Amino acid sequence: ILHHHIAAVEKLALTTSGCPLVIQCKNFRVVHFIVPRERDCHDIYNSLLQLSKPASYDELYAFSYNPKQNESKRLQGWQLIDLAEEYKRMGVPNSNWQLSDANRDYEICDSYPRELYVPRTASKPVIVGSSKFRSKGRFPVLSYYHRDKEAAICRCSQPLSGFSARCLEDENMLHAISIANPAHHYMYVMDTRPKLNAMANRAAGKGYENEDNYANIRFQFVGIENIHVMRSSLQKLLEVSGTKALSVNSFLSGLENSGWLRHIKAVLDAAIFLAKAVAVENATVLVHCSDGWDRTSQVCSLGSLLLDAHYRTIRGFMVLIEKDWISFGHKFSDRCGQLDGDPKEISPVFTQFLEGVWHLTEQFPQAFEYNEAFLLQIHEHVHSCQFGNFLGNCQKEREELKLKEKTYSFWPFLLDEQKKYLNPLYNRDFSQKLVLLEPNTASFNFKFWRNMYHQFDRTMHPRQSVFNLIMTMSEQNKQLEKDFKELEAKMKQRNRQPEELLTKEPLQSVHPASPALKTSPSFKKEQPLLPMNDSIRTIEGSNTADNRYSEYMEELSKAEPAVVSLEYGVARMTC
Amino acid sequence: MEFAELIKTPRADNVVLHRPFYPAVEGTLCLTGHHLILSSRRQDNAEELWLLHSNIDSIEKRFVGSLGTIIIKCKDLRIIQLDIPGMEECLNIASSIEALSTLDSVTLMYPFFYRPMFEVVEDGWHSFLPEREFELLSSVTNEWRLSYVNKEFSVCPSYPPAVTVPKSIDDEALRRVATFRHGGRFPVLSYYHKKNGMVMMRSSQPLTGTNGRRCKEDSALINATLRAGKRGYIIDTRSLNVAQQARAKGGGFEQEVQYPQWRRIHKSVERYNILQESLIKLVEACNDQSHNMDRWLSKLEASNWLTHIKEILTAACLAAQCIDREGASVLVHGTEGTDSTLQITSLAQIILDPRCRTIRGFEALVEREWLQAGHPFQQRCAQSAYSNSKQKWESPVFFLFLDCVWQTLRQFPCSFEFNEHFLIVLFENAYASQFGTFLGNNESERCKLKLPQKTMSLWSWVNQPYELSKFKNPLFEANSLVIWPSVAPQSLQLWEGVFLRWNRSSKFLDEACEEMNNIIEYNKELQAKVNALRRQLAELETDDGMQESS
Repeated sequence: ILHHHIAAVEKLALTTSGCPLVIQCKNFRVVHFIVPRERDCHDIYNSLLQLSKPASYDELYAFSYNPKQNESKRLQGWQLIDLAEEYKRMGVPNSNWQLSDANRDYEICDSYPRELYVPRTASKPVIVGSSKFRSKGRFPVLSYYHRDKEAAICRCSQPLSGFSARCLEDENMLHAISIANPAHHYMYVMDTRPKLNAMANRAAGKGYENEDNYANIRFQFVGIENIHVMRSSLQKLLEVSGTKALSVNSFLSGLENSGWLRHIKAVLDAAIFLAKAVAVENATVLVHCSDGWDRTSQVCSLGSLLLDAHYRTIRGFMVLIEKDWISFGHKFSDRCGQLDGDPKEISPVFTQFLEGVWHLTEQFPQAFEYNEAFLLQIHEHVHSCQFGNFLGNCQKEREELKLKEKTYSFWPFLLDEQKKYLNPLYNRDFSQKLVLLEPNTASFNFKFWRNMYHQFDRTMHPRQSVFNLIMTMSEQNKQLEKDFKELEAKMKQRNRQPEELLTKEPLQSVHPASPALKTSPSFKKEQPLLPMNDSIRTIEGSNTADNRYSEYMEELSKAEPAVVSLEYGVARMTC
Repeated sequence: MEFAELIKTPRADNVVLHRPFYPAVEGTLCLTGHHLILSSRRQDNAEELWLLHSNIDSIEKRFVGSLGTIIIKCKDLRIIQLDIPGMEECLNIASSIEALSTLDSVTLMYPFFYRPMFEVVEDGWHSFLPEREFELLSSVTNEWRLSYVNKEFSVCPSYPPAVTVPKSIDDEALRRVATFRHGGRFPVLSYYHKKNGMVMMRSSQPLTGTNGRRCKEDSALINATLRAGKRGYIIDTRSLNVAQQARAKGGGFEQEVQYPQWRRIHKSVERYNILQESLIKLVEACNDQSHNMDRWLSKLEASNWLTHIKEILTAACLAAQCIDREGASVLVHGTEGTDSTLQITSLAQIILDPRCRTIRGFEALVEREWLQAGHPFQQRCAQSAYSNSKQKWESPVFFLFLDCVWQTLRQFPCSFEFNEHFLIVLFENAYASQFGTFLGNNESERCKLKLPQKTMSLWSWVNQPYELSKFKNPLFEANSLVIWPSVAPQSLQLWEGVFLRWNRSSKFLDEACEEMNNIIEYNKELQAKVNALRRQLAELETDDGMQESS
């Protein structure tokens, strides 16, 4: 277990066999240790506490991780994702949108990237004025441009409007964005917060846009809760799912009380609203929340995912994360608790985004090039601090940390393992029939994501994975196609000499196998279709104690509790 | 013909059919004795809806001016709406449907009129006779015999004429045990575990009453299945409390003093109308799409359906565990031994016996453990989720069993020869069918109704090669192991294929499923091709070799 993955360590009351130690990980693994001596346990506990909360960035794994790669390859890795290229793919700069140099040296907003795209008609004074009127200087900029509809998704933070303040430059800025969409006379402004929260913010001199002050805007609240609500929601969810001998009803009511699925639905609903405004109404949408780096990132990125099939490919998804999360300053370091900091800053905002994507993959099994394992792997490394990408809170900080010089980028490693993350059912043409993905958001579509929150509790998963099977099969198909071609070529070559042979007796092939055939190492039929471990897995799963219906059998089982008893099956292998 | 009296308006034009996710269809509505037929006359998309009256669970009617609307709720959980112009016509049709869907005479049911359009290759009525099953058993053990003590259904009206009992117990003893067990259901063999020779038996509760009545033959019967010095387990599907209360009504349970070699375990499984209410609540929750998340989850919880699934699966796993892990024999019973008992014994067999996971094996299981074992299908499946009759005997016992099988299938997707579709077909046919298989409440009734002579068996249709192919799981690889399903709430899921079947479009999921099948088919095809080529090449090589050597 990586120290950085440790979310919490807990020492439980002393028992006869020793002192129990529970480690909760950020990837939702829970491990129970029983340390025979209490003093040892205490020492381990203290060490873990310190190690899991480093005080400064240079203690993080990324700075010591060395995959033995040469320097040029490492640098190339950092160039794999090029956002300028991505904006070009979307079709900007163009006659309406241009690259602004206003933030070239982070002078007006230090949590934004250097390169920002703004409407051509927005002059520098307008930009600067607008940024002064926006919380943390995060003025409205382009997040996604829809080439066909000429509509844009823009993002920013809340205006410093208080109860009545106005800012002419900001109003001009929104107008500029509005007219950058030639087809349209109105634009949406989506405030992703609940109305009450936004109103409360006015007292602090912040707030939301007044429709009277801005020409032609349609203002909309969507009611996604803040990071603190999300944090405690996940906490509740984990408490429920971690309960032993859980009944169906306490699980369902715990699921309900945690509100987790309600939040996921709210985020997806907002994304759908956004995507529909763009795709159906051809309207430009400006999205913000409070600071514009949590809920705004969720909604913009999920919205783009619904609109653009490119983000449903492996590379495209990396670009999406790089653009809407990393570059626009989602505070990964704070939200994931990478350093010993304010625990109130920790929140599963990015996890929710991944869960939103997972729900989409469930409803559209053929629309995504990547699979669930891909999402889980990304989640794993957002928390692992093994690679430089997710360290720090914004681009400026990352530059100061010299991450590109000192650490490795995650994406090339992910791409190298690409085979593991391919969805065998992916259909490249799937999206062409649809302008946008329109998921069904009736409540019954939202399910507990077992493979995320119980990823390491194998006893709960299906013992045979259809998905893996299909994946191996489609891999095998590629190999077989190759074999087939090779064999055919060989056959042709041979047949050039004794030509009658093939024409005469193609039926002979059905005859019993000749000895040469049996020894042929690549003869596929001898290989079982199922991976060997399939039957092994069944046996593993056959431990009735794992399945928690054994309360009556307890007195019959002779097994004494092992010294290291682990709650979840797979953890056994890690120790 | 009596049907004509019930059909007041046999035909209505310009009727509009509304179904979720389909465009409305206008057409002509016809009522026959057994079907409601709506056919659109449009040339471009001639569409026909055939609905069995017996599939109709309830109907509602509404009027807006002279336009009448009938909402039909079916036992397979589908809801359709018919707009019928003309108040009188609408009223007539509604009352006809009502009458035709609630015929009380079994012999008027469709299976007695249905003439198959296919050639019967194998008569399903004879596919799974007890004698055949016993043959299989006698190839592995000779400790059992087939008894015809119930030949005239006189000893136990809900048992089949032939039952399997320990060889050492004679028919006279069986008669005496029958008087000691509720409804005459004396302990009989349900399953023989080849691996270790342990068995599962089932029965009804013993009639001990308050004064602790006993029956020597009863304990002798079940003790005959124990190995020397070994203990067995009695799994009572009622809580201890309920079992104790049953004594007041003459029922009871096996007391330790009289059955010292047996350990009793009470594993409560719900029954009767509690299950029916659970189904009604669940379906209501699934049908209301306006729910917000919290309401949906709390309704799902309040339905208790998944709790029942967990209860049943847990009890079945426990029985299987006693047999396979503890190496002990097991007797399962509740009160009557016709409901929860059968859920447990049949699911335990799915877990333990690979044969039950094949199509034929599963058919045999349903035949043996449900039909011949006397599960009162006609009573239990008289109405489904839209029932408002609140009759105690209506209960989705078999439906829950199928759901449990589905849960297991989901967890072991390669270990079953059949697919989800097969389970859905069984669910549909249990509630409304053109086949006689699920008519009647037990073998005795089926015999009196002469079902084998007068109706077609579901198995005759299912077991045709063409139909079978639709029920086959392409991922099936025989797995000879015991499969232990997880019963953690996180592992149990709503059976979407049944409960959300009519509530959402499954287009993308179906397409994905098709793609999956394509990959599997393609894989097979490629393997065959590559192998054929390899053989050819190899043969050429050996020919060459021979030429060279000669």
